[in-house]
Amino acid sequence: MRDDAGSVLSKFRHGDVDAFETLFRMHQRAVQGWVLRIVREPSAAEDVTIEAFWRMHQAHARFDPERGFEPWARRIATHAAIDWLRSQKPEFGIAPELWDTVPAPLGADPAISAEIRNKTVQALARLPAKLRVAALLAVVEESPYKEIADALGISVGAVKLRVFRALRHLRKDLTRQGITP
Amino acid sequence: MNDREQRAGNRDQEADRTIRLLRNAMPPVGGQPELNRDLWPAMLRHMDEHASRGPAGVPWFDWALGGALLAFAAMAPRTIPVILYYL
Repeated sequence: MRDDAGSVLSKFRHGDVDAFETLFRMHQRAVQGWVLRIVREPSAAEDVTIEAFWRMHQAHARFDPERGFEPWARRIATHAAIDWLRSQKPEFGIAPELWDTVPAPLGADPAISAEIRNKTVQALARLPAKLRVAALLAVVEESPYKEIADALGISVGAVKLRVFRALRHLRKDLTRQGITP
Repeated sequence: MNDREQRAGNRDQEADRTIRLLRNAMPPVGGQPELNRDLWPAMLRHMDEHASRGPAGVPWFDWALGGALLAFAAMAPRTIPVILYYL
């Protein structure tokens, strides 16, 4: 079994499309799930997953089978997701007249109004993509710092710094909008 | 408690409140979502689209832009350092 897996990785490294399909089918779900944590839109997550696998296919010669496919795939997918975030308009959200009609997310604090939630989402969308990803993965998804660091290709300390900076930016932005966190 | 500890405590409280706001605004996506469709056919289409592009998968307008830049540099060689600076 291990030999089979090693053989698939080795064939992929040499550009074999069948091996690529095998790896795609094995890892599509995990990659798509990870991407969805960052882009948070199922249809965008599909597009980014395809783009990420395309980048893997393009970079097959640089793949090191000794290091395993999943961490490599996750790192490429994370960068594809960051590129997608950068390509989006920074302003999005729900029109103010609809704030009261939007149901609160499951488990949300009822004391926090739809307006505050919407302004928080908008403030997050205005963060630089690298800070936004760190905040989403560490604070919202509560992924382990080590996992985030591996996916971003940076140290755990750098992840903590990005989360700290993201929270500081968010706090300043919310304060400017009249919300005191 | 001295001033420095007080300020650090305030910062921690502010961070905690920001985290609470963020988690309320954006619930976690959590574990792996249910895949509602097989993406391999879309992957093959994506690969075909890239394969049908020009040499090395570079879009034609990139080649056109590169050509225009080279022509401009040939006509005005003194601008080359400026172009290189902005690359």
